[in-house]
Amino acid sequence: MAITLFILFVAFVLGLSIYLGRQTKSASGYFAAGGTVPWEVNGIAFAGDYLSAASFLGICGMIATVGYDGFLYSIGYLAGWVVALFIVAEPMKRLGKYTFTDAVDSKYNSRGIQLAAAISTLIVSIFYLIPQMVGAGVLVTPLLGLPHAVGVIMVGAIVIFIVATAGMKSTTWVQFIKGALLIVCSFALVVMVCIRGFSTTPDQSGNNEFYQYKTLKATERDGKLIPDDDHYVTAVEESKSATYYKLDKERKLGRNADGTWSYTMLRGRVVPLDGFETRLLTFMLDKNLESDEINGLRFIKRNGDLFAVTSFWWKREGNDAEGRVILKEMASVTVRADGTRMINGLPAQPNQQLQVGSLTKIAGKEGKEAETGAVGPFKFLAILSDPETKVQRWKQEMSFTSGGYSVTLFGPTITDGNRIMRPGLKYKVEGTWFERLDFISLMLALFLGTAALPHILIRYYTVPSPAAARKSTILAIAAIGFFYILTLYMGLGAMINSVIDPTDNNMSGPLLARSFNPILFAIISAIAFATVLGTVSGLIVAASGAVAHDLLDRFYALQLNDRQKVVIGKAAAFTVGLVAIILGIVFKGMNVSFLVGLAFAVAASANLPAIVMLLFWKRTTAKGIVASIIVGILSAVGLILFSPEMYVQYGLSPKQAPVPFNNPGIISIPLSFITLVVVSLVTSKDGTAEAQARKTST
Amino acid sequence: MLHEPAAKSEHDPAASYKTRLGVWMFMVYSVVYAGFVAINLMKPALMEKRVIFGLNLAVVYGFFLIIAALLMALVYNRFCTRQETALKISSEPRPPSHEPLPSAASKETR
Repeated sequence: MAITLFILFVAFVLGLSIYLGRQTKSASGYFAAGGTVPWEVNGIAFAGDYLSAASFLGICGMIATVGYDGFLYSIGYLAGWVVALFIVAEPMKRLGKYTFTDAVDSKYNSRGIQLAAAISTLIVSIFYLIPQMVGAGVLVTPLLGLPHAVGVIMVGAIVIFIVATAGMKSTTWVQFIKGALLIVCSFALVVMVCIRGFSTTPDQSGNNEFYQYKTLKATERDGKLIPDDDHYVTAVEESKSATYYKLDKERKLGRNADGTWSYTMLRGRVVPLDGFETRLLTFMLDKNLESDEINGLRFIKRNGDLFAVTSFWWKREGNDAEGRVILKEMASVTVRADGTRMINGLPAQPNQQLQVGSLTKIAGKEGKEAETGAVGPFKFLAILSDPETKVQRWKQEMSFTSGGYSVTLFGPTITDGNRIMRPGLKYKVEGTWFERLDFISLMLALFLGTAALPHILIRYYTVPSPAAARKSTILAIAAIGFFYILTLYMGLGAMINSVIDPTDNNMSGPLLARSFNPILFAIISAIAFATVLGTVSGLIVAASGAVAHDLLDRFYALQLNDRQKVVIGKAAAFTVGLVAIILGIVFKGMNVSFLVGLAFAVAASANLPAIVMLLFWKRTTAKGIVASIIVGILSAVGLILFSPEMYVQYGLSPKQAPVPFNNPGIISIPLSFITLVVVSLVTSKDGTAEAQARKTST
Repeated sequence: MLHEPAAKSEHDPAASYKTRLGVWMFMVYSVVYAGFVAINLMKPALMEKRVIFGLNLAVVYGFFLIIAALLMALVYNRFCTRQETALKISSEPRPPSHEPLPSAASKETR
């Protein structure tokens, strides 16, 4: 049912795209929807464009894992619209034709600006495309049970199809539908989170038994660890600060009345063998084998009895008062060479994730007494802000190979509610100067980045007038602002309801929906998928516009007719789509909102100084604009490539990174402004807009 | 044709007024936004302080930044629309009765 809903939704989007595509014949229609879109539709389409994978997947995921620090992105993204509305919206509409390059070059007719602005559009679009594609890959795994790469390729192929068949008009309508649906469904999800309230043993409205990680004691004799309850050590792994043990335990298999098999876990949970396991167990019995391993689960036959051997990983946590060793169960994901996975020692279904995150105390209370039932929206946040509310957050502690399996272990840390609900867990506002600089840099890039995003800027050309541009921006602010307030509730809802996948927090929002109802999950996932489709479509239109219109038509002056220009635009869309697919696979696992933050920094560094100075400083010259765009791109991209987070991506230690912070904006944005001013002053003799105009008139 | 705007816009006599207003409102919002960043850097513990309805300063300030953006946008739109209407009237042929023009318009056309 869930998959059918998902496929129907995607089919509807594609059908709409084909229908609208038949109406698009001209370049104006392809790149700017003929400038005929009503401002009300454009406003919600703005929201659809802007509420990308970063907003729904990334922000929710980040809030779910680091609390308020994720909400900083919501605040910054929304604040960026103030810059867009007050400074950029109407002047851009008056200056431009189809693209960002048109606007920046409108007073100069400079080949340098045409080239630099087109390259900038391409680079920013690709930077923004990466997180969207990562988000697409993340979505399909729990819904369809497909690998990450398949999701990325699927989105890439569908979007290339949409853009290549239709252009701006279809992307506008796709954005409109998706933007509206996303806001409505997110609101419904937040209402459900508040109605569910708080519990220290969240069982997802009875849908999923809460997994209580256990504590076990052991005796140490002659350097050997002998755990209680018939467990025995089969492997030991040591990190710099901790020792981890793999403990096996044999569990007797019983035959049920209906002929199926099952075994019983430590706390009495009965685990049935699925059909595949049963068939292989039958095979083992038929062949009279003494032992066999099936789906990562080992079976042993001894004295006529059958046993299933389960393996769990435990962390040594010191000793109790009697000197006995305390072992804490770890959350674990084990992947075999053939790709089959086990979660917490048991075979996993293809679309099953490890899910963690809960409260150990609610405003100082524990157990049944702590359960709140439905709470209001303010009470919800107030309870979480309480210092006596304790949040159990899970982090990856170790990853290694054991017995031919790749094992990743996750351990909990307890954080007080008051620390969750203010900045500091990701962005160290009380840390070193560089860490504080990283925070300022992020907030600066988010504030200034929105107004410099090419796919947002081109939307100003789809409406008929500057006033319509203004009104659609205001409607977008209302819709986006409301959604961003919802992100705080969705992220925190995921944090407390044991739905976070610690291997990839991007899915926290959709998995929160799954904790209520699989149908809601399918709807939310389909919308999120359409979110990715819509944003990627918008970005690819912007990028293809840069190639076909800015580079070929204007920079190379190829005298293309309308039809040729649209054909080249579509070919460019195909190429950019392919690049995005590859990068989406490479960057798997990174938080998509963090990646979008980097795209904002590149946009704010490369484009914003040019736009702002062009509008407000008469001595701005063409060479100044070119220099500022180039310096902005190079400095922002350069700083990102040598940042700690990228070093992790390269497989190196983040401490080796020569740049001590992740967000480049604090350096690259001022640098780009300074470059523009200095170069403009040096070249002001004949390079200003007035001088260019005089030249043109003589 | 390809270098023409996707939709041609008419001359906008209110443009300079709207630009000035936009810059002022941008500066006001920037100060409020900078205040949020500054408190986080200088007095981060202050963000834990409960302000209203049990909500701490971090949440209240964050929501305020979002709501303030919308309210300022609405105010901006109201002023811009009023100016556009006024200047549109002033640029049209005067009616025989010569009714007085709105004050904002006369200021702009001076």
